Amino acid sequence: MRRYIARQLVQLVVVVLGISVLAFAILHVLGDPVLLLLPQNAGKEEFERYHRLLGLDRPLYVQYWKFLSRAVVGDFGKSWYADTPAFKLVVERMPPTIYLTFSGLLVALLIALPLGTVAALKRHSWVDSLCTAVAVAGQAMPLFWLGIMLIIVFAVRLRALPASGYGTWQHFLMPAFCLGAALAPITMRLVRSGVIEVMNMEFIKTARAKGVAEPMVVVKHAFRNACIPVITVLGLQFGQLLGGAIITETVFAWPGVATLTVESIRNQDFPVVQCAVILLALLIVGVNLVVDVLVGLIDPRIRAA
Amino acid sequence: MSTLSAPGKVELAALGSVSAEAREAGHATLRRLLRLRWGVGAGAVLLLIVATSVFAGWIAPHDPLAVDIRHRLTPPAWMEGGTTENLLGTDQVGRDLLARMIYGGRVSLLVGITAVLMSATIGVMLGLGAGYFGGNVDWTIMTGVNVMLTFPFVLLALAVIAVLGPGLANMILVLGVAGWPIYARVVRAETLAIREREFVLAGRALGMSHARLVFRQILPNLVSVIVVIATLQVAQVIILESFLSFLGLGIQPPTPAWGNMLGEGRLYMLNSWWIATFPGLAIFVTTLVINLMGNALRDWLDPHLKL
Repeated sequence: MRRYIARQLVQLVVVVLGISVLAFAILHVLGDPVLLLLPQNAGKEEFERYHRLLGLDRPLYVQYWKFLSRAVVGDFGKSWYADTPAFKLVVERMPPTIYLTFSGLLVALLIALPLGTVAALKRHSWVDSLCTAVAVAGQAMPLFWLGIMLIIVFAVRLRALPASGYGTWQHFLMPAFCLGAALAPITMRLVRSGVIEVMNMEFIKTARAKGVAEPMVVVKHAFRNACIPVITVLGLQFGQLLGGAIITETVFAWPGVATLTVESIRNQDFPVVQCAVILLALLIVGVNLVVDVLVGLIDPRIRAA
Repeated sequence: MSTLSAPGKVELAALGSVSAEAREAGHATLRRLLRLRWGVGAGAVLLLIVATSVFAGWIAPHDPLAVDIRHRLTPPAWMEGGTTENLLGTDQVGRDLLARMIYGGRVSLLVGITAVLMSATIGVMLGLGAGYFGGNVDWTIMTGVNVMLTFPFVLLALAVIAVLGPGLANMILVLGVAGWPIYARVVRAETLAIREREFVLAGRALGMSHARLVFRQILPNLVSVIVVIATLQVAQVIILESFLSFLGLGIQPPTPAWGNMLGEGRLYMLNSWWIATFPGLAIFVTTLVINLMGNALRDWLDPHLKL
């Protein structure tokens, strides 16, 4: 187990370095920070002065090293717009994003676990067909459009829920449902195929043979084992889930990291964008690691692979 | 994913009653046929969407950019206050919504197809390289894949647009360059398997060059996989493109695109729901038929393919 964790950690370091290179390259290789910082009519001397001032006349690897050594201690520079450290701005906006992500996950599981299990147990029944239909439609549904339709129906027409904002539990309902609906199709398919596979296993036959009641067989023997692939894939899907949270935030004006990122892009406030991108990526890498280790603990077969 | 599709499954199922298994197989065939029929239907709808976009100039009932302030925010024809002049109503400056929807399809399809062609080309090349050469080449490329897959695609696109600035060309570039990992991963896995097959070994024994082995011996076997992924990816790219345009970071107004129409419509959703509803519906239907077609294509080309 120790070697397994060590191997995961090495991979983690490589991926994190890769992310830092990517985030650095986006600003320094694709674009020129000075171009974003100065007004368009600034003179040539101005440009060169700023280049020297920001150290952009040095070789790229020197710039990257400087960027990296600062980033490690959470120094991503000051926001060009708000005169506060970018790190502080982003960290303050982190909790709402995390709450949204997890409530979306919860909704997805609430939809997917019962439907997927029933679909697996009663294959080719109407529940199964319904699940397939919902999954196909769900995968084609643009998340931001679903959000707007929800707002039109529940906030504008029925006046039942707040259209946007953050604070009470009512504010959570629509965004969480929106995000959950996006994740539910794939989760449902995983649950379905997981349960189908487990139900064919020998130990289920054994359980039945020794007279365990059928609901017990499903819940205690089948369901638990079917959960392993679901946890693995959901963990790996965390990045996609966070991507969905980004989209959801912008629709519901949720005060999270994504809204901040989009605002910062509009303001051309690049240190904040860079910091947000890196912290979100780190969050994803961290969750993936935890999931890998958890699954390794639950299922020894995976550790060996 | 290999744990999900253990080969042991089939053998275990065989222990059950034979008739149940036969019924299962029958059901599978029936499902496949049904999906193919769905695929044909979806293909017909898609063809219709493509045709209306291509021939928008002849089909659209109005000029999509023609402002008519007196008839702004007209509801669709079937509602009170609607006219047959503007079947789906008009937007906040009186432009015909139907005409804008028809023209808007051009952007989505153009971005979807060109971006997918780009990312498929990059991804297939890298995947072939990683799978065929192995070793350090493989390690480097797969690390790149892992890094890219860690980033949510949306986040990456946002960051790049922030630097390059919004616009059609930049968006195609971003979506085209950022989409390669999925192709690379699948093509690499397939290449690893095919590399060891007899016909490739025979080719190598005959002294074929690396290029010939990769492009003439291995690549032709991967065409169906690539076509299926690419089809499904077109739908993903269209959704992403419309999201960026929705945020105002993609296609800029007044050029009609489903995404930016939706973004503009959002501001008027209190009283005029139709402006945001119809473009979104267009995105939904388009991605839906592309997905259905992709699934049918997968069943038709290779029913064992699991993606």
